[in-house]
Amino acid sequence: MTTASSSVTGQVAANAAEPDLARPTRKVPGGAGSRSAWYRRLTPYLFLLVPIGLLLLLTYTPVINMFWYSVTDWDGLDKTKNFIGLDNYVEVFTDPDNLRVFYVSLFYIVGSLVQMALALYFATILSFKVRFKNMWKGILFFPYLINGVAIGLIFLNFLKPGGGLDTVLLNTGLESLIHQWTGDPDVANYSLAAVSVWRYTGLTFVMFLGAIQSINSEIYEAAALDGANRWHEFWSIILPSIRPIVGLAFILGISGSLSVFEIPFVMTNGANGTETFVIRTVWMAFQRNMVGLASAMAVVLLLFVLLVTWLQRKLVPEEEVDLT
Amino acid sequence: MKTFAAGTTKYVTLVIASIATLLPLGLILFGSFKTNQEFLSTNPFQPPENWLNFDNYALAFTRGGMALAFFNTALIFVAAIIGTIFIGAGTAYALDRFRFRGRSTVLILFLLATLVPGVTTQVATFQIINGLGLYGSRWALILLFMGTDIVSIYIFVQFMRSIPRSLDEAAMIEGAGHLRIFFQIILPNLKPAIATVVIIKGIGIYNEFYLPYLYLNDPDTLPVSTALFAFKGPYGSQWEAICACVVITIIPILLLFLFLQRYIYNGFTSGATK
Repeated sequence: MTTASSSVTGQVAANAAEPDLARPTRKVPGGAGSRSAWYRRLTPYLFLLVPIGLLLLLTYTPVINMFWYSVTDWDGLDKTKNFIGLDNYVEVFTDPDNLRVFYVSLFYIVGSLVQMALALYFATILSFKVRFKNMWKGILFFPYLINGVAIGLIFLNFLKPGGGLDTVLLNTGLESLIHQWTGDPDVANYSLAAVSVWRYTGLTFVMFLGAIQSINSEIYEAAALDGANRWHEFWSIILPSIRPIVGLAFILGISGSLSVFEIPFVMTNGANGTETFVIRTVWMAFQRNMVGLASAMAVVLLLFVLLVTWLQRKLVPEEEVDLT
Repeated sequence: MKTFAAGTTKYVTLVIASIATLLPLGLILFGSFKTNQEFLSTNPFQPPENWLNFDNYALAFTRGGMALAFFNTALIFVAAIIGTIFIGAGTAYALDRFRFRGRSTVLILFLLATLVPGVTTQVATFQIINGLGLYGSRWALILLFMGTDIVSIYIFVQFMRSIPRSLDEAAMIEGAGHLRIFFQIILPNLKPAIATVVIIKGIGIYNEFYLPYLYLNDPDTLPVSTALFAFKGPYGSQWEAICACVVITIIPILLLFLFLQRYIYNGFTSGATK
């Protein structure tokens, strides 16, 4: 199937470029041609009925409802929802407990930058000649495949007092560095952000590596003739070539940082100053029955994610916009 | 001399990164074979006395209900993946092979939906699932897994373009209707796309925690991730049992990774860039 000739793709692309309804219904001699025209015209709608139905029911309706709930005082159960204007939004931005979640997000945003730097470094060195390349690649990527709950438990075990990290520090004479890694509010967010880095670096790394490996090798050869060293190659060939993927990893990193849930939920349940946006929203909506306020939080989060996506598209124009 | 130094740095950093990755996992494996007494009295780096002590694993299966959890995950996965394949392939068939009024609106609807992260809207999605009477049912998860997966739809749409139209046209000349073309020509030719979707979605469903945590309450319906989370409660002081439970959840994904490495890398990179 991979050998589908480029002429076919070209033809398909040409067809795709035709505007809607521009293509006349072609009469094919025999069976299908004798079917009534309305049946033919109905076919795509029948195929799209369920997909579009689910899309509207499970994505668009919730988004619209969420905006509506966010300007009411609804508790999730009451039959009536009272309109209260922007009160919920005022509370989101004035209650110090709500504002704190923005501050906690910063730890994960910094974490995602560290993660991108590490991924870029390892993707670059593994794109050149290295022994046991597949083994390194596999080890670095594997954490991404592990269940988030399992990762939380693995690191609770590793970071608990007297656990793996403390033992390492003790035996290397660094016992002065030992902390209550998840219990001390001054340290807990650093620990949790570091666990997130451990979890997601592999995915970013594999994305970068794939992009670097698809760079035409002739470019390197030409650069080598010009006397470029590895450092020059990185700055003038690799980085510019993979810019779209770096941009993508950046939005995924920021939106992921804003919506972290599993790691802090499993490891501290938001205690010791580690409450994140999603933990707080879930707690408000499902424990405290403040659906209106929780919706306002969720709307703010959604708008942040959309803003970041929009900024990224503005700053890094995508070369391969591909809709159909 | 300089290249030697550069070469060494490269391997030193790789070794450090590998240790940082594997150490926390290795300690869990050690812990899972220790007795309670041993776990509390020995240091985490000390290997277990008896590598054949499977008591903790037995406990995870008998008390932690891990077998039932694997069954629940498998059930949800099979139902959701069948739905996803039909939804994705059906959407791709309609969008690629037909020109109809509203086609561009449909494309825009799917494109905009990719911008909305699912975590943000669950407050409101919950009301819909609850309104359908699906709260507490595995069907809630199946519906959400198959109904909100735009990435899979994109993978199918992309792949559909590489299936030559001449195949459909030949079948049409022989008198096949659209349903027959869909089932006998399109679906079999979409196999590579189906394989990609099965792998990345399978891993996604296996690891998903947020949705089952929100929508399932009956212990008999819990999939692996929430069962593992529930196990932590009563066994919070028996870390050796928790270690065994964690190892049990990692083994299937490790085996899958060892056998299907290439497909997994390709799946995640193509899935992420759509």
